[in-house]
Amino acid sequence: MGKEIGQAIAAGILGGGVYALMAAGLTLIFGVLDIINVAQGILVVLGAYLSYALSVHLHIDLFVGLLITVPAMFVLGVLIYWLFIRPLRGAERTSMTLLACFAVALIIEGVLYREFGSGYVSITASYTASSVHILDFYLPDIYLYGFGLAVLAVAALYLILYRTTFGRAVRATMQNPTAARLVGIDVNRVSALTFGIGTAVTAIGGMVYGAISGGFTPNSGYDLISRLLAIVILAGMGSIGGALVAAVFMTTAEALVDIWQPDWAVAVFYLALVIILTVRPAGLFGRSAVRAQ
Amino acid sequence: MSATLRAEGVTRSFGGVQALSDCTLTAAAGRITGLIGPNGSGKTTLFNIMTGYEKAEGGQVYLDDSRITGAPPRRVYALGVGRTFQLTRIFPRLTVLENMLVPAQKGRSGRAHRDHAMELLGFTGIAAHAGALAGTLSYGQRKLLELSYVLVSDPAVVLLDEPAGGVNPSLIHHIADRIRDLNKAGRTFLIVEHNMDFVMGLCDRVTVLDSGSVVASGPPDEIRANPRVLDAYLGTGPGDD
Amino acid sequence: MNRRLLTVGALLALAVVVAVFPLVFTNPIASQYGVITLIFVIVASAWNLFSGYSGYLSLGHAIFYGTGAYFLAVAAKDWNLTAGAIFWLLPLAGLAAAIIAVPLGLVALRVRRHTFVVITIAFFFIAQLSASNLSVTGGSSGVLVPVPNWDPATYNNPFYYLAALLAAGTLAVSWLIRRSRFGLQLRAIRDDEDRAAGLGVRAMPVKLTALVASAFITGMAGGLWVYFIGQAIPQFVFDPLFDLAVVLMAFFGGLGTIAGPVLGALVLEPTQQYLTSTETNGYQSQILFGVLFLLVILFLPRGVLPTGAEYLARARARLAQRRAAPGGGPASQPATGDAA
Repeated sequence: MGKEIGQAIAAGILGGGVYALMAAGLTLIFGVLDIINVAQGILVVLGAYLSYALSVHLHIDLFVGLLITVPAMFVLGVLIYWLFIRPLRGAERTSMTLLACFAVALIIEGVLYREFGSGYVSITASYTASSVHILDFYLPDIYLYGFGLAVLAVAALYLILYRTTFGRAVRATMQNPTAARLVGIDVNRVSALTFGIGTAVTAIGGMVYGAISGGFTPNSGYDLISRLLAIVILAGMGSIGGALVAAVFMTTAEALVDIWQPDWAVAVFYLALVIILTVRPAGLFGRSAVRAQ
Repeated sequence: MSATLRAEGVTRSFGGVQALSDCTLTAAAGRITGLIGPNGSGKTTLFNIMTGYEKAEGGQVYLDDSRITGAPPRRVYALGVGRTFQLTRIFPRLTVLENMLVPAQKGRSGRAHRDHAMELLGFTGIAAHAGALAGTLSYGQRKLLELSYVLVSDPAVVLLDEPAGGVNPSLIHHIADRIRDLNKAGRTFLIVEHNMDFVMGLCDRVTVLDSGSVVASGPPDEIRANPRVLDAYLGTGPGDD
Repeated sequence: MNRRLLTVGALLALAVVVAVFPLVFTNPIASQYGVITLIFVIVASAWNLFSGYSGYLSLGHAIFYGTGAYFLAVAAKDWNLTAGAIFWLLPLAGLAAAIIAVPLGLVALRVRRHTFVVITIAFFFIAQLSASNLSVTGGSSGVLVPVPNWDPATYNNPFYYLAALLAAGTLAVSWLIRRSRFGLQLRAIRDDEDRAAGLGVRAMPVKLTALVASAFITGMAGGLWVYFIGQAIPQFVFDPLFDLAVVLMAFFGGLGTIAGPVLGALVLEPTQQYLTSTETNGYQSQILFGVLFLLVILFLPRGVLPTGAEYLARARARLAQRRAAPGGGPASQPATGDAA
C-alpha cells in the first residue's frame, strides 16, 4: 500500500508539472489580457495531434518535432488574438472574448475531427514505454522527460518575464495597461505576443500529454480544459506560482484517489474546486477581490 | 430628518502607505461641511470608510449616537446615508427614470415611487431626459442624475464626492443652489471638492486633510487664512500631484 | 401607439403560424423540426432570462436541461408511468433542476463575472461525469424512456403543442420580469453590481431567484425533450454544443431582449437540424456554428434585433433631419446640465 501511495504521489507530481505548464500559459494570458482562454484545452490536443502527425507521417522525433510545432502554435496564437480578440470592444468585452475563445475551440475541435476522425490515437516513440527504476518506484521515462521539459519551459517563461525588456513590458501591462501605454509600451503588440506564448506552451504540453495520456481524441479537449480551469481557479487567477502549486496538488490528489476509486478520481478535481471556492472565492492565491466588476 | 455623521480617530493603511491616521471629522446635523486637501490626502478613503465601502483599521464611525463602523454599504444606505462617486456611477443601460427606481424605497410603491422620482428629476433639472438611456447623457447630466438618485430614499446625510468636478460654471452654480435648497430642508451634507470657490461659498465648516491627518477645521474664512492649509497645498514636493 | 399595434399584430400572426404549422405541414419531419425548434425557443429564452438580464453568462445550462431530462426518464421508468401520465412529470423535472440550481448558485454567484462562466463550465463537467458514472442514471448507457403508443402520423403533435404552450409561457414570464422591479434590479446588477448593492439591492437573492427560475424552465424543457426522443444518454444530454447553441441563439437575436432568443432559435435551430441530418461527417455543423458565432460576436455583438432597431432609428432620424427646415437650430440641445 505504501508503495502504491508513493508511486501515485510521484506520478502525481510529475504529471502535475505538465499540467502546470499548460496552466501557466492560461494564467499568463489571463494576467496580461484579462481573458480566460477556454480554447487552451483543445489547443493542447491540437499540439498533441501535430506531434502525432509529424511523428507518424514524417517520422520526426517528438522532441525535434517541437522545433516545428512550438513556432507554429505561436503563430496560431498570435493570429487568433489579432483576428478574433483584438477587435472586440465595448462594455461586454470580457464576456465576448470568452465566448470567442469558446467558438474558436469548437472550430478547432471540428477541424480535428474532420482530419483525424474520432478514434483514439496515441503518441509513441522508442522511449515512451520504458521506465526508470528508482528507489523501488517505476517512473515511466516519458513522465520524467515531460516533467523535465515542463520545468525547462516554465523556467524559460520566468526568464522571459523577469529578465528581458519584453518581459518587463508584459509585467507592466499586467499591472496597468493604461499606464503601460503612457510609457510607450505597445500594448497590442505585447498582448498578441503574450497570447502567442501562452499558445506556444501548449505545443510542448500537447506533445507530453499525447505521450502520457495513453490515447486521446478531439473530445479530450473538454477533459483538459476543465482540469486546467479548475487548477487556475483554485490557484486564484493571475498567479503562475500558484498555478504550479495547485496543479501538482490536484494531480497528486487525483492519483491518490485513483488507487481506491478510479471512476471518481477525476471528480476530486472538481470537488476540491467547489470546496475551495465556497470557502475562499478568490482562490488560494487569488490576487483579485471577490467581486470587483 | 437630520443627522450627524461623525468619524473618530479613523486609521487606515494600504501596504506601507498610511492613508489615514487618527482622523476625526464631524458632519454636523443640518450643516454643509466641506472636506478639502491635496490629492492623495485620503479624502476618498475617508468617504469610503464612512459609507462602508472600505474597512477602517482603527477608529469609529457614528451616525448620531449609533456606531456604524464596518457596516456594509447597503446597511449604511438603509440608515439614511447616501453618497455619490467621483467617477459617476450610473446604470448606463437603464433609462434615467429606471436609474431612479433602482434604489430601495421604504413605504413607497409603484405610482408614488415613480412620481417621487420624476419630482426629483425635475428638481435637479433633467426631467426631460427621463426616457433616455443613462449612457447617452453628457457628463454634467450624469452628475445631476447621480445627485438625483442618491436623494430618492430621502437620506438624512448626503456625501458628495467632487460634485463640481469637470463641470461647466453655470452648472456648478445650479448644483450649489440645489444643495442649498436641500440643506434648508434640514439635510446634512459632507462634500469633498477641489474647487475652492465652490467649497468656501457653500460650506458652513471646512475640514482640511493632508497626508492622512486632519490639519485644520473651522469656518471657511478661518481656513482660508490658515498658513498650515496653504502649506498642505503648496508644501513639500512638487505641490499638487 | 403605432409600435405597440405592430408588436401585438406580429405576436398574433406568429401565434397563428405556430398553431397551424403541424396541421398544414403534416409530414412528421416538419413537426419534428418544430418540436425541437420550440424546445430551443424555450431554453434560449430561459437562458436569457437569467444570463441576458443579469450579465452573468452561464455556459452550464445543460446541467439544468440534463437534470430535468434524467429526472423524467428515471421517474417514468421507476414509477411505471405511461403515455399521457408522463407529461405530469414535467413540472417535477423543472423542480429537480431548480433544486440543483440553489447550491450551484450559492457557490457560483459569489465570484467575478468571468470566474462565474468558468465555474459553470466546471460544474457542467461534474454533471456529465456524474451521469456517466452513477448507477441511478444508468451509467454511460443511459436510461430508456417508455414511449407512448400513438399513431406515428400524428405522434409529434402533442409534443409540439405542449412545447408551444411552454414557449408562450416562458415568453410571458420573461416579459413580466422585464417590467417588474425584480427585473430592474437584475439589470442594474448587470450594469454595476456593487453600486446597485450599495443602493439597497440584495444582489444574491435577486441573482439566485433568476437562476432558479431559469433552471426550472430549462429543466422542464429537458424533460419534454427526453420524452420526445425516448432516451437519455450522458454525452447527448450533457453536450457542450448545447450550451454554445443556446448562447449563440440569444446573442444572435439580441442579448437581454425578449424577442431576441426567439429569433435566434427560430433561425438557427432548424439550420442546425438540417445540417446534422444531411451531412456525412457530423462535424460540419459544429465548425459552422463556431464560425457563425465568431461572426456574430465580431460584427453583430448586440444581436440582430437591437442592431436592426438602431439602424432603423438612425435611418428615421436622418429622414427627419432632411425633412426639417434648413438651419433649424440644434433643437436637440438639452435644457440644462450640458457639460463643457
